[in-house]
Amino acid sequence: MNTDVRLLLLSPDDNIFVLRAAVEAGETIVVSGQQIQISTRIGLGHKIARNAIGKGDKVLKYGASIGSATCEMSPGDHVHLQNLKSDYTPTYSLESERDAHTGERT
Amino acid sequence: MSGLSGYLRNDGRKGIRNHIVVAYLVECAHHVAREIAWPYRDHAHVIGFPGCFPNVYAQKMMERLCTHPNVGAVLLVSLGCESFNRFALEQVVRDSGRPVETLVIQNDGGTLASINKGQTWIEETLVETEKMARVPMDINELVVGTVCGGSDGTSGISGNPAAGRAFDRLVKDGAACIFEETGELIGCEEIMAARAATPELADELRASVTKAAQYYATLGFGSFAAGNAEGGLTTIEEKSMGAYAKSGASEISGLIKPGDVPPRGGLYLMDVVPDGEVRFGFPNITDNAEIVEMMASGAHLTLFVTGRGSVVGSALAPVVKIAANPHMYQRLSDDMDINAGKIINGGSSIDDVGTEIYDLVLSAAAGTKTKSEALGHAEFILTYKSFEPIGPACLPA
Repeated sequence: MNTDVRLLLLSPDDNIFVLRAAVEAGETIVVSGQQIQISTRIGLGHKIARNAIGKGDKVLKYGASIGSATCEMSPGDHVHLQNLKSDYTPTYSLESERDAHTGERT
Repeated sequence: MSGLSGYLRNDGRKGIRNHIVVAYLVECAHHVAREIAWPYRDHAHVIGFPGCFPNVYAQKMMERLCTHPNVGAVLLVSLGCESFNRFALEQVVRDSGRPVETLVIQNDGGTLASINKGQTWIEETLVETEKMARVPMDINELVVGTVCGGSDGTSGISGNPAAGRAFDRLVKDGAACIFEETGELIGCEEIMAARAATPELADELRASVTKAAQYYATLGFGSFAAGNAEGGLTTIEEKSMGAYAKSGASEISGLIKPGDVPPRGGLYLMDVVPDGEVRFGFPNITDNAEIVEMMASGAHLTLFVTGRGSVVGSALAPVVKIAANPHMYQRLSDDMDINAGKIINGGSSIDDVGTEIYDLVLSAAAGTKTKSEALGHAEFILTYKSFEPIGPACLPA
């Protein structure tokens, strides 16, 4: 199926693409034959859903599970901390730290 | 058939280079060793162990390295009062059929006299090593290692998977390929275990990652840095899969520890994390410590995937530098053998670059110098460690 050249498929089994260059907010890109409007900038190395992914489905990269979807995803959705969680250990990120310390922020 | 040729050693292995090793047996002999080798540095490489106190692992590593197939002759340089067992090492080298000589600085008249004596020995020995003929060699006699270092977000999507494709082809051709960094395989041990040749080996693979996780926890390592998420990585298993991609997709034939030589072709995981309590600090303090362990297990050359741009090479065995990041490649192209960044900015597939790596492995094995080799890089580092021998399930028949 037709797909933007910036989207890299690492394994035929994958349900995500990896971006080989950033996609800017407002751009329309072709993902698996569908025109998708991108709402926020997504950087090099980030992931975009290749097809619809159900809540609880495994997200596959390199043909292997890298965790479970925490909500429904549509083709073109940015796949990251907000919709994918580790099946192994929770991910530490600066964002989650900031959220945990929101009460202390001025 | 492969068009390769190598130097046949008495143990049946073949070398793709014919270096003279100048080995210091304690840091106090390092300067003398370096001075001896310097005028002959294209042929004579300096390796050594800096510690004054004995270490079983270091002794074994030095024995394996001095009898590495790429080594044609060995000069040992001892201060005299260190505790390294130079008698055992010299015996091992002599038994391998290689020319060997030991200088003891305290007995040989000090710095200048030792340098002169060592250089005279090298001049004489070069005449012998240059007479050694190459014989036909098959790809299935090659041992190839892989490491990654100076990694960034690109390593896992370009250089590492491409190195994995090259590994798949080499394994198919019957070569022995070694990957490592068990500490970076946390989260993909089940996927890895599913590729094991036997269920017992699968248990050993899982156990090696569990050991690494405990070791790093004791050292106080975090497994996932905030910067990883900025680079697009979401979970620890995703990060590990990026490093794991170097291993390709072949069946895993065995688990070895540094110095264990793969008994036949296939894909092997090297467990580089010491056994027992945390005693000597970091498992491997730099990338070269990993390369040295690959060489001790017989690696003729090593694939090195780098995102930020490491420039190192290695003593004894050529290093093939694979640039994962296209922007870094532009800056450091003189140091990089392969531009895997082409996968990221378009133009090449992972398979294309995998083929390029495979072809370069064969040409380097046939004698063409890699970039780091031509630039004179010959880094080496060996420090204290401690291992238990591998169990019988690690190398299924």
